[in-house]
Amino acid sequence: MTKTIEEINAKIRSGKAVVLTAEEIIDVVREKGVKQTAEEVDVVTTGTFSPMCSSGAFFNIKQLKEKIKIGGGFATLNGVAAYAGLAAADIYLGVTALPDGDPRNSNGRPGKFRYGGAHVIEDLVSGKKVTLKAGGHGTDCYPLKEREQLIGFDDMNDAFLFNPRNCYQNYNVAVNLSDKPIYTYMGKLKPKLGNANYCSAGQLSPLFNDPYYRTIGIGTRVFFCGAQGYVAWHGTQHNPAVKRLENGTPETPAGTVALIGDLKQMNPKWLKAVSFTGYGVTLSVAVGVPIPIIDEEMVRYVSVPDDALTAPVVDYSTFYPTGEGEGRLCDVTYAELKSGSITVKGKKVPTGSFSSYARAREVAGHLKDLIQKGNFLLTQAQAPLPGASPHSHEKFI
Amino acid sequence: MKQMKKVLNFSENIAEEPIIYHLIADYGVRVNILRASIDPGKHGRMFVELAGEDSQLSRGLNYLERTGVQVEPLAQEIQHLTDRCTSCTSCVPHCPTQALDVDRQSWEVSFNPEKCIVCLSCLDVCIYKAMTLTGS
Repeated sequence: MTKTIEEINAKIRSGKAVVLTAEEIIDVVREKGVKQTAEEVDVVTTGTFSPMCSSGAFFNIKQLKEKIKIGGGFATLNGVAAYAGLAAADIYLGVTALPDGDPRNSNGRPGKFRYGGAHVIEDLVSGKKVTLKAGGHGTDCYPLKEREQLIGFDDMNDAFLFNPRNCYQNYNVAVNLSDKPIYTYMGKLKPKLGNANYCSAGQLSPLFNDPYYRTIGIGTRVFFCGAQGYVAWHGTQHNPAVKRLENGTPETPAGTVALIGDLKQMNPKWLKAVSFTGYGVTLSVAVGVPIPIIDEEMVRYVSVPDDALTAPVVDYSTFYPTGEGEGRLCDVTYAELKSGSITVKGKKVPTGSFSSYARAREVAGHLKDLIQKGNFLLTQAQAPLPGASPHSHEKFI
Repeated sequence: MKQMKKVLNFSENIAEEPIIYHLIADYGVRVNILRASIDPGKHGRMFVELAGEDSQLSRGLNYLERTGVQVEPLAQEIQHLTDRCTSCTSCVPHCPTQALDVDRQSWEVSFNPEKCIVCLSCLDVCIYKAMTLTGS
């Protein structure tokens, strides 16, 4: 039994597509088996809502009557510097950017990082205006040398989120083996294995449900912070060549995707600036990827539950920062992580997550609803992500 | 039986007195110490929950004031801003009293102010600034 994307889209258009979330399908497959489920189900929706640091937005600022060449000059939004090395009116603001004068970690560690690039983006998406300060060297065609103005989306021709790396396929579980607390991008880690932080939606996570990227590729349409976005490219650090379990899922961080979508269409509920004490600012991003059930093999991939997905437990006091000492302490399943504690080196360690499972479930449910109502059609990937051969995974091991 | 949360301020010259012992033994007040920072020779603060009959409490408070302990109501409270909270659960292992907890069916995080001892751990770890201190 195989189905094409076109056949599935025809069912979506006629309101007859059968859509389940990656959580709901687990019990359906247990009950009905792979073959029958493949025949009955058309699409499985995934979801995640989590901090994703490699994110940022392109803005094209509308010119005033007298024009300015920001390109080669500088631009700040609410004091946060954007990259200005593009054409006259294009700038890029990364979510981790910090304003000059922020106390950071220098003035009484650990720094609080209350405002940065992500907050500017959240402010704009919430309908607020931000202060643009820009300067250029002045040319015959762009004579204006300085500009200061409150601007919002109405003052921009374009505003789109273009995130070079999102949706990590699996992630480390962070712990601290040292005898003092540490502040990391995986949160505050208490000494001597005081807590363990993880960051994946597990069974609902997009790339866990298509481990060999058979359906997710360049051009895949996704739910992106409340708007429809697209997979633009493989994400930076995309690394499919890691050891995998028998069910195809990677044991360590592996694939990633670069995502693009219209910021003006996004919703502040699904895009939130965050401040990690002692580390910095970043953005939490909501992503939902629909997985077309093109054959029985996809049913097997989308029905892998949390107790059959594992993550490595990694020391962030010495091994992660320096590469020295004991690194991968053990592997644990996502079912264990979600139980509230794991066992590391014989010690019971309480767990917390930065990826919200409640919101991941909501994203997957919302995407399911959009598809069922015919408001979200699937796209055929135009090119595969690297290393996506489903039957050659042995070479990675 | 009445209950109240109070902040007790100890000046440096009384920090070595067994004041809490007398409060319990002589006045019959039930004392639950939520948080304390007392060092000999230094100003100290203790966050307590006091319980007892009206007469026990008023006589107990009177005793504290006579000995020079400055008693303030626990004016600071932690508030959970549900519109900022995404129920990520990263705060849960940092909360010493399970005032912040997650329902492992719905995966929603909830905050029970009755259990909160205003230790401020959550302020340090909530990345969404969903936990705030009010009334300070």
